[in-house]
Amino acid sequence: MTVKLKEMLQKPQILSSGHRMCAGCAAPTIIKLVGMALRGPTVFCNATGCLEVATTIYPYTAWKVPWIHVAFENASAVASGVIEAYKAMAEKGRSKFEHVDVVAIGGDGGTFDIGFGSLSGALERGHDFVYLVYDNGAYQNTGIQRSGATLPGQETTTSWAGTVEPGKRQKKKPLAEIVAAHRIPYVATVAPYYYRDFITKFRKALEVEGPAFVHAHSSCPRGWRSDTSKSIELSKLAVETGLHPLYEVIDGTKYVMSGPSKRLKELKPVDEYFKLQGQFKHLFTPQWEDFRKEIQEWVYQDWELLRKKCGLD
Amino acid sequence: MTAVEKIPADKIKIEGLTGDAAIAHAFKQCDIDVMAAYPITPQTIIVEDFQKFAANGEVQTKVITVESEHSAMSACIGASATGARVATATASAGLALMWEVLYCAASMRMPIVLTVANRALSAPINIHNDWSDSYGARDSGFIQLYCQNSQEAYDTTIMAFKLAEDHRVLLPVMVCIDGFILSHNVERVEMLPDEAVKSFLGVREPVQPLDPDNPLTMGPLALTDYYFEFKEQQDRAIHAVPDVFKEVEEAFKKMTGRSYGMVEDYKTEDADIILLTHSTPAGTAKVVADTLREQGEKVGVLRLKMFRPFPVKEVVEKIKHAKAVAVFEKCLSFGAVCNPLALELRSALYDLDERPMVTDFVIGLGGRDVPPTTIVDGYNKTKEYLAKGKAPLYETLGVRK
Ligand SMILES: Cc1ncc(C[n+]2csc(CCOP(=O)(O)OP(=O)(O)O)c2C)c(N)n1
Ligand code: SF4
Repeated sequence: MTVKLKEMLQKPQILSSGHRMCAGCAAPTIIKLVGMALRGPTVFCNATGCLEVATTIYPYTAWKVPWIHVAFENASAVASGVIEAYKAMAEKGRSKFEHVDVVAIGGDGGTFDIGFGSLSGALERGHDFVYLVYDNGAYQNTGIQRSGATLPGQETTTSWAGTVEPGKRQKKKPLAEIVAAHRIPYVATVAPYYYRDFITKFRKALEVEGPAFVHAHSSCPRGWRSDTSKSIELSKLAVETGLHPLYEVIDGTKYVMSGPSKRLKELKPVDEYFKLQGQFKHLFTPQWEDFRKEIQEWVYQDWELLRKKCGLD
Repeated sequence: MTAVEKIPADKIKIEGLTGDAAIAHAFKQCDIDVMAAYPITPQTIIVEDFQKFAANGEVQTKVITVESEHSAMSACIGASATGARVATATASAGLALMWEVLYCAASMRMPIVLTVANRALSAPINIHNDWSDSYGARDSGFIQLYCQNSQEAYDTTIMAFKLAEDHRVLLPVMVCIDGFILSHNVERVEMLPDEAVKSFLGVREPVQPLDPDNPLTMGPLALTDYYFEFKEQQDRAIHAVPDVFKEVEEAFKKMTGRSYGMVEDYKTEDADIILLTHSTPAGTAKVVADTLREQGEKVGVLRLKMFRPFPVKEVVEKIKHAKAVAVFEKCLSFGAVCNPLALELRSALYDLDERPMVTDFVIGLGGRDVPPTTIVDGYNKTKEYLAKGKAPLYETLGVRK
């Protein structure tokens, strides 16, 4: 990479202060990091969700870059249109720009679930764009409902912890790997605590030709019942516990563990991550002790599998 | 408006084309920048033919072979927001799947041309013609134009871009043709030279495109304090359509000698009973009117080309003197007072001191044939009801009871 990280860190921000996301929400931080990685004219296509809703309350906008929102499930399709329109107009001599970077953004709901079809379609067609999912583990904007990204044991308003249920029972959809299976040039997982890793990967995602997918861990103090000051620490813990390991997948087959995850001698217990969030509180009652252990087992198994894919041990 | 001249006859190419092929040719000549393509019978030929043009390098268009109609309309919005000339085509279930994004396209003021080969909706699954699909989308904010033949489908597609992209309008347009009856039927079509279409349309000049040099937020959240104002403006835009439509048709007429009007009246002037319909049944109705006239019946036809915005003034003007208007429509609006076209008409007539009687006949659902006898049937019933001074709110014709 020709551009230095130091230079990137000095870039003007693309999201102004005064947006209305909750205190401690990691999503604006993520966008700040994305802004630092940009390399030229860029257009953003945002799916419906917290980020979209809280940054564009008419007549105000926090975005200093061209930005479009259409609906919940179609950010990738909208991006497809933007990309092809720029290409067509450039070929016909009607665009000022030879190339425009296009970034599509969705929450986990808009990406793992309802927007999955349009994402998969756009990946298969090979449009040159970067898809960023900020994964806060639930539909936060509609009041904390479970999504395909919700962790087992997580309590949401559609996966309550009750006398017979431990919150969500099912595992999280392995979206980054499913996306990688499309054999696209670049997939990366990131967490805002590891900001250098984040920016470098996002820049790489922009630079590859063809689709790239970036999966960001995104704390949500409101939905997670966590302290607003702990958001970035939680993104560090998610990596250290193996709940959100950092890695890259090149061309769908070559798995590479990233520095912060690679350096881990061993995983921290998931309890450390769970304890900081009210949404997991029930797991620490005797009733759900076994389930908590099972979750820990799943995390270890997934971690080992990932290490193997990355050619470690 | 760009200056246009009459095209000399030797520059016109005449071909036998289906409605679908005619539309594909129009798309080609309109030099669209982006097309989203997804198959659904009876529209499929439009995108197939267009892809063939693309495969042979005959068009400079990026064709996006989307994975669903929802994404087709979404991609069109993205492309249109970027400033491109954009089109797609669909029918029936495809239009229903676009439903959510149709509203976005119109509300975000995206001049997209969408051709609909009208087809029935499930269940039971049926691939044949009626108007339930596009009537269902009548309040989405799209302009809706219905064509009677392949020539009109070709002409209307070209005019649709000019109408949609006009800065006084900036709204998407649905160009509707009857599935199979028109989409798959070969007719004589006069095609304009490429250059003529090019100079008629010019290049799209977007007002506020997505532009990294001038960042803009599109499709924001607007709450109780502003949402209503957005809608008020959108409503004003669609009411600007008739004037612009007339201008567009005027310019097109200079070039081709052809124009259609928002409504087409046929022998209505002294008619006691006027048959009101659109699309292909209008052709049948005109033949029926001719025959009935020979028998001394005072009957005429009003063919509606534009359903959205509803050309109230023009419709009322043409029918207010009649004793009755018999509506023939290919849609059932379950549980409504009557069906969409008659509902619209009855509202339009309400303020008149003396109103013609309105009869409403649901015909041709799911491609059920509409022979002249069906229209005659409706005419005779209307005469009967007139004599009685009372008519049912609606009834179906041509159904096994
Ligand atoms: C078709 C459709 N269904 C449902 C909704 C309601 N809705 C808006 S945002 C949202 C959840 C968004 O969740 P996610 O994508 O995870 O983003 P977050 O709010 O967590 O940032 C839902 C369900 C919608 N806008 N459109
Ligand atoms: S609810 Fe969660 S995701 Fe949404 S703005 Fe608040 S903290 Fe962020």
